[in-house]
Amino acid sequence: MNTIDKIGDQIIEEFSQFEDWMDKYNYLIELGKSLPIIDEKFRTESNLINGCQSKVWLSADYNDGKVIFKADSDAIITKGLVSVLIRALSNQSPDEIIMNELSFLDQTGLKAHLSPTRSNGLLSMIKQMKLYAMAFKIKNS
Amino acid sequence: MNHMISDIEKIRADFPILATNVYGKPLVYLDNAATTQKPQVVIDTLSSYYSTMNANIHRGTHYLSIEATEAYEAARRNIAAFIKASSSSEIIFTRGTTESINLLADTFSRAFIKSGDEILVSEMEHHSNIVPWQLAAEKSGATVKVIPMNDLGELVLDNLDSLLTTKTRIVAVAHVSNALGTIHPIEEIIRKAHEKGIPVFIDGAQAIQHFSVDVQQLDCDFYAFSGHKMYAPMGIGVLYGKEKYLNQLPPYHGGGEMIKTVFFEKTIYNDLPFRFEAGTPNVSGVLGLDAAIQYMLETGMDKIEKIEENLYLYALAKLGEIDGIRFLSRAAHKTSVISFLIGTIHPYDAGTLIDHFGVAIRTGHHCAQPLMDRLKIPGTIRASLAIYNKPSEIDMLCEAIIKVKQMFL
Repeated sequence: MNTIDKIGDQIIEEFSQFEDWMDKYNYLIELGKSLPIIDEKFRTESNLINGCQSKVWLSADYNDGKVIFKADSDAIITKGLVSVLIRALSNQSPDEIIMNELSFLDQTGLKAHLSPTRSNGLLSMIKQMKLYAMAFKIKNS
Repeated sequence: MNHMISDIEKIRADFPILATNVYGKPLVYLDNAATTQKPQVVIDTLSSYYSTMNANIHRGTHYLSIEATEAYEAARRNIAAFIKASSSSEIIFTRGTTESINLLADTFSRAFIKSGDEILVSEMEHHSNIVPWQLAAEKSGATVKVIPMNDLGELVLDNLDSLLTTKTRIVAVAHVSNALGTIHPIEEIIRKAHEKGIPVFIDGAQAIQHFSVDVQQLDCDFYAFSGHKMYAPMGIGVLYGKEKYLNQLPPYHGGGEMIKTVFFEKTIYNDLPFRFEAGTPNVSGVLGLDAAIQYMLETGMDKIEKIEENLYLYALAKLGEIDGIRFLSRAAHKTSVISFLIGTIHPYDAGTLIDHFGVAIRTGHHCAQPLMDRLKIPGTIRASLAIYNKPSEIDMLCEAIIKVKQMFL
């Protein structure tokens, strides 16, 4: 089992302990609040992923074969979801990021937030993360 | 109030969807500015049309085609009467307000707008009353100018005289702001524009479902609205235009129905309103719109206005009791749209959670980004009312807001 799936399993387990939706959202809000606020210098137009309703800023670095993501959002629930994605995808190899289908999101009940009708910018964020991984892979091959 | 509640209960019984549960809770539908629900009589009209009358219109010599054509044209006459147009040939059927504005902006600019001219819109417009004019301006080399707003959420007409220049070819403003609910002083805008011979288009998408509209009394030159925001089906709308202008506009879409004779050398276009209705129209939608208008008239436009005003005032008072609520419009003249924020909570966060309490509201920029930029906010939470909403639903919205606030403490 690769690392992203392992982390995914942990996330599924964490979310499975919540019986009602309010607890789940409370946890997301908590995650959102605890994700370090991105440095102002990363909050640039070029790092901005514009959802229809909430904004997401994403930056990526490449270090020792791993892609390091940093991200932020102006909405707390979106930020909580961003932190879940960062936890799974940051510090992984480009190949793992490109190949992984993030199936754990199905089992956490978070998938609804990623449908194209949800206008929070998260779907675009995942696409952007994969594009970064691809770019680092090409650059370093 | 009790009398009003029994009226509302009677109205609610006409709307089958209101009995729906969401997340195991009874649906509280407060997103009526996005689209209204449909009464059974409208739903039945669609079903009955396809069960008993469906045929292509204006073409056939057979029984069904004649019947469908008659029903379609009777609907056009009823809709003309509803907005007090002087003739039914001033009613052009479209897919909705957006298509109405695109039709007008495209054809009007081809007929009347040239390089260096100006188009005047307002700072509070929906994107659909901005972008079509920008497209028209791009093609013709014209400029789009803007009537500003104040902090109360009202248009400021102090400098209107200087904004209406010898280069202004048309003024395009909403009757009611979709994001804030402000009723704009369009009478004054129309009067001042007409003093300089400038025609005025009114986007009535958020007005027509709330109070009587008389296009002749307003003296606007064009008026547009959507069926689906006034209890009618989706996919049908109207562009009203004074005949003297419509007659001067070139066709928009080409195709069947909009022509008299076609030779490869030259085509003679049809008369109004058919010239603007290329192809097979949305007959069931037109009949559904007719049914919705009959429903509104039977309910009574005065009664609709009264019910909504009472509920709006109730909602404003109840929401106002919640600590940290900030209303984004303090306009003197408003319809039943309430745009607000809860403390520093992002509207997306609030909307996501309020939804889970079974309350449907809208959050975001409401397709009015220039307005949001002006207010320096990412968006608002918008509750918008219709004739079937009741005070207890406002109470449920308030309870949801209080719970959301607790989650963010």
